[in-house]
Amino acid sequence: MSINDWFKQREGRRYTVSAPGCPEGKPGDGLPDGVWRSCPQCKRTLYQGDVARCLSVCPHCGHHFELIARDRIDAIIDPESFEEIDATLTSTDPLRFSAGKPYGATLEKARETTCMTDAAITGRASIGGHPVVVGAMDFRFVGASMGSVVGERIARAFDLARDERRGVVLLVASGGARMQEGILSLMQMAKTSAAAGRLAQAGLPYVSVLVNPTYGGVTASFAVLADVIFAEPGAMVGFAGPRLVEQTIRRSLPKGFQSATSLVEHGMIDDVVPRIELHDRVATVLDYLMPDAAVRGGDL
Amino acid sequence: MARFVMEFERPLAELEDKLASLKSLDITSTPELAAELADLEREVERLRVTLYSALSPWEKVQVSRHPDRPKTDDYVAGLFDQVVELRGDRVFADDQSIFAGLATLDGRRVVVIGHNKGHSTKENVARNFGSPHPEGFRKAERAMKLAARFSLPVVTFLDTAGASPGLEDEERGQAWAIASCLETLSALPVPVVVVGIGEGGSGGALAIGFGDRLIMLENSYYSVISPEMCAIILHKDAARAPESAAALSLTADDLLRLGIADEIVPEPLGGAHREPDMVIAEVGLRVAAALDALAGEDPHALVERRYEWLRSIGVFSEAG
Ligand SMILES: [Zn+2]
Repeated sequence: MSINDWFKQREGRRYTVSAPGCPEGKPGDGLPDGVWRSCPQCKRTLYQGDVARCLSVCPHCGHHFELIARDRIDAIIDPESFEEIDATLTSTDPLRFSAGKPYGATLEKARETTCMTDAAITGRASIGGHPVVVGAMDFRFVGASMGSVVGERIARAFDLARDERRGVVLLVASGGARMQEGILSLMQMAKTSAAAGRLAQAGLPYVSVLVNPTYGGVTASFAVLADVIFAEPGAMVGFAGPRLVEQTIRRSLPKGFQSATSLVEHGMIDDVVPRIELHDRVATVLDYLMPDAAVRGGDL
Repeated sequence: MARFVMEFERPLAELEDKLASLKSLDITSTPELAAELADLEREVERLRVTLYSALSPWEKVQVSRHPDRPKTDDYVAGLFDQVVELRGDRVFADDQSIFAGLATLDGRRVVVIGHNKGHSTKENVARNFGSPHPEGFRKAERAMKLAARFSLPVVTFLDTAGASPGLEDEERGQAWAIASCLETLSALPVPVVVVGIGEGGSGGALAIGFGDRLIMLENSYYSVISPEMCAIILHKDAARAPESAAALSLTADDLLRLGIADEIVPEPLGGAHREPDMVIAEVGLRVAAALDALAGEDPHALVERRYEWLRSIGVFSEAG
């Protein structure tokens, strides 16, 4: 697909994955179309309207800007196929976490700026005609950290897929487990990994797409338990953050450390896939791995 | 060898030293000294009780890290017979920060897996201070799978500050190794009894740290992040770790309250290192009782119940 075809295809359906209760005109990354921004990679000045139309990829050099979760889902599913699930789950600050800024206030602010109830959204959708449960995480919501709600949504996504014989496709970003929910957050790693394992046992495929940045307890649980793992260009992925690693080894890190390309070289992921190609690549994987793909008359 | 004094113990340690030096004097001919000695003894005892009977979360974290605290290999040596150690991940190396082996607990054949801190600096360097590399987790997973194939229950001992955060650990897939352990452990068709004996540091602890029964020593902790790291993130100041420790709900009591730990093993006043043999023996009894309670369970039912339990963890509201 050429970039022009792609533009044409995306035209007019930028916000089809709408956020309930989110005021119109306040969807995306908070930047209105009319502003100019600069590309950190090619240093060109870009018109935000052009960047947004291109799913926040620099039209000149291909740099992948951060993308909000709903736009990520929009970019990977078949048009208009998203039906959100578990939208009403909200965190209750179970530990009354009081060190630093009160957790309740942190949540309140995150909800307001993102129009999300927590850092992950999930729902039924189709990709290449295959029924899936799709999910995406949003770094703007408390660093896309995993607490009870994110863990529950991810686990329910796997459970639902198992019940309805769907594949699972997750667009993962995260700073790690959410420390404000303490041990409850840590246990979400076990919970989501267990759920991913049960999907695998049921013979259903799971594809994860790691985006920038994916770290900590999310990387070390469901994110990397997929049958096929892709990463976006420029994604940084690891368990320990680069600063901690640098402090541990007391020397500077090699170039490209924890980058998507180095993960391919070290055998940790299958490929680096540009955002523009994600839908087609994931659809092809599902053509192979969905148990009833032949019945559906996929491309194979 | 000088004894290790924790920060909060210092006032007591000073009094204890003074008491010891008084006792070394010949005081039979000086009755006023004898009276002072008796006073001091009472004072030391009083302070010992007040100091240790209400430890703060941060003080418990310090006790859990005490260098003389019994380690996994102390429990293995003290409780198990016929031990056959399992070494190596069959891919890259043998990571000594994880112990794995076939072992017999008073007639019960099990697979033991534990974070393995050392007793000396030399041992600690060889064992990376109990912080596993990916190889350690892969060895642990190998041991879990062996247990599943031969229907041997698994007993794990948790004692790690966390997974090793080195350059090579990252390059060899630390996150992948931990995640794989989590998936395998969650579906293991044999009873899994977990004992928190010291530190339970985040994902590196969790990789071998959940199952059908979680027994925690009174001063062990289990946390999503170390109190120091949490303080650095919140305040850019590791010295505020005591606040973080209190906020994180990481003590054995917290975990019991949250329905994650099942029982707490009391420790002698001052910590497990004061009476290691007694603590090790008590842990042995608790583990044996847990194994007996789980013995004969249908493997499928066991796995289903473990999943139900995992799925139940988390607190949120679901407004209609
Ligand atoms: Zn550019």
